[in-house]
Amino acid sequence: MAIWVDKNTKVIVQGITGREGTFHAIGCRDYGTQVVGGVTPGKGGTTHEGFPVFNTVSEARAKAGANCSLIFVPPPFAADAIMESADAGIELIVCITEGIPVIDMIRAHDFLRKTNARRVAEGEAPSRLIGPNCPGIITPGQAKIGIMPGHIHKPGPIGIVSRSGTLTYEAVGQTRNIGQSTAVGIGGDPLPGTNFIDCLAAFEADPATEAIIMIGEIGGSAEEDAAAFVKANVTKPVVAFIAGQTAPPGRRMGHAGAIISGGQGTAEEKMKALQAAGIHVVKAPSDMGSMIEKVWKAR
Amino acid sequence: MKVHEYQAKEILRRYGVPTPRGIVVDNPEEARQAAKELGGRVVVKAQIHAGGRGKGGGVKLAKDPEEAVALAKQIIGMNLVTHQTGPAGQVVRKVLIEEALNIDKELYLGITLDRRSGMNVIMASSQGGMDIEEVAAHDPNAIHREPIDTVLGVQPFQARNVANAFGLTGEAYKQCLSFVQKLFRAYVETDASLAEINPLLVTKEGNVLALDAKMTFDDNAMFRHKDFAEMRDLHEEDPLEVEASKFGLNYIKLDGNVGCMVNGAGLAMATMDIIKLAGGEPANFLDVGGGASAEQVKNAFRIILSDKNVKAILINIFGGIMRGDRIAEGVVSASREVGLPVPVVVRLEGTNVELGKKILADSGLPLITADAMWDAAEKVVAAAKGQA
Repeated sequence: MAIWVDKNTKVIVQGITGREGTFHAIGCRDYGTQVVGGVTPGKGGTTHEGFPVFNTVSEARAKAGANCSLIFVPPPFAADAIMESADAGIELIVCITEGIPVIDMIRAHDFLRKTNARRVAEGEAPSRLIGPNCPGIITPGQAKIGIMPGHIHKPGPIGIVSRSGTLTYEAVGQTRNIGQSTAVGIGGDPLPGTNFIDCLAAFEADPATEAIIMIGEIGGSAEEDAAAFVKANVTKPVVAFIAGQTAPPGRRMGHAGAIISGGQGTAEEKMKALQAAGIHVVKAPSDMGSMIEKVWKAR
Repeated sequence: MKVHEYQAKEILRRYGVPTPRGIVVDNPEEARQAAKELGGRVVVKAQIHAGGRGKGGGVKLAKDPEEAVALAKQIIGMNLVTHQTGPAGQVVRKVLIEEALNIDKELYLGITLDRRSGMNVIMASSQGGMDIEEVAAHDPNAIHREPIDTVLGVQPFQARNVANAFGLTGEAYKQCLSFVQKLFRAYVETDASLAEINPLLVTKEGNVLALDAKMTFDDNAMFRHKDFAEMRDLHEEDPLEVEASKFGLNYIKLDGNVGCMVNGAGLAMATMDIIKLAGGEPANFLDVGGGASAEQVKNAFRIILSDKNVKAILINIFGGIMRGDRIAEGVVSASREVGLPVPVVVRLEGTNVELGKKILADSGLPLITADAMWDAAEKVVAAAKGQA
């Protein structure tokens, strides 16, 4: 067990004939993920690096049996790609693309909500969006759906959820002795498809996950919301780190979502809220591994 | 992306949002002509991005064109210090000459994204002219919040809610409804992330106008607003940050003396944090991006070293897709080319890390290698202190 993806997940890559799409479709396949094809409008019917290419997501789902899509479409067209996947009934949509305008994402979320409501009413499964602007999701030893370096991961009991890509790798690196159940990068954008709470709920319900690392950063209130959720619903030990303790207010620190504005979204506030919820907050990013090992052993 | 008040108003007028008549000038003589055209009695307003211009002495009333010239002389070229510019201040290069109006009420109207609900929210307060963050802190009930469905736009009842929250009646009430709908449309269609009208002016005649306007646009949407690019004012940005952006580097200058070069925004912030925990002060935020090619590393080195406060540099790269040996080669070649005027600590993790470390060790360069983040932070802080 793990969350959301495993060896049975069948992935199509949207934007497979582009440079990034090609490189990572091969990377995922080499890891052992079932990459069953790709979508590039106008190039349907061809084969690219051994992957069948389809014109539409709908066709890819019908002919290749895909239930997951991995998006590398450039920012101006990425929201459209997300909506096409949702419309086709893809259950898990992982959007790697960085730099999608906020308004486009508002529209995509609106479309997702309506499409999901309709699908649920018809007794079908809704779509979950992970990202955008994220490294993707990996269940070690089973499926890598994203751009993370697969080989640093190892199957194990630690669930990891993070707003930051390389900081996820850092947490994976620090838990190399214990291993990970699933690691999810939810992305650094202001409006992520999947948030901390979604991941925490899934990890709590997953028998393979025994302890959780969550990595937040400055900006927004997702960490505070997660803290309240953990206090009420999560029985497994949680370790947290918040990046940006030294970030100055009013400056966007790389990620579109990482900005302290109006005195809100500071690391200090977030750490306080997490601590108050019984979460083991580490100040130094280098302490994530040792702290999770300690609380995991003591659980 | 931020723009000046006069630019924000220019954009808003395209959407029919009423603003006072105004002319932007960069010398006192033009100020005289502008004041004459606007009827003599005018307001002279310094154009800098930071708020708090009035309190800093950058906004003044002139009773006639002669006084407008005198005030323009005084304001153009002044170093305006406000609570938002920091102690260094900002040099004023342009002033907006605007017709003076008969003020009845000053209100606050703002639009921004509420991340929790994913909706854009109109904020309205009758305490215009004040810092809205202060109002929010002292009297949160004084701010009316109206969440808007971005796809549907402002519904008439929502505009009425805003006008009622302001306590408007008659002509002003009517004009407010139209103002709110036009402002929201401008906000959405220009991909704004913030629109702030503070104050929103109600004149004695019952006209509703944007007396001040602050707009910030979503950098990610600039591909569909090519005309906004020429509104960018590089004087308002740190020259090193401008230089870095040319190379696709995300660099933000800070006040410390430990330079850092990191891949990924989260890891870059975390690196700053750990430097501080180890007793140092970060000199910058720098995300070299996912690639971290030799070229990127070289440019990053150059930019970090242009900050004369930097006494040591920490390179912290978690090689994912990019292999550690390639990164090490990049660091070595960049170090040879740029030279190493300060100690450099390198921490590599990820793919082919052993090979990468070997390349660093065999280079003969005085690079200090570190294993984990804490080790790296301690070494770079010690190195920076040794140099101080």
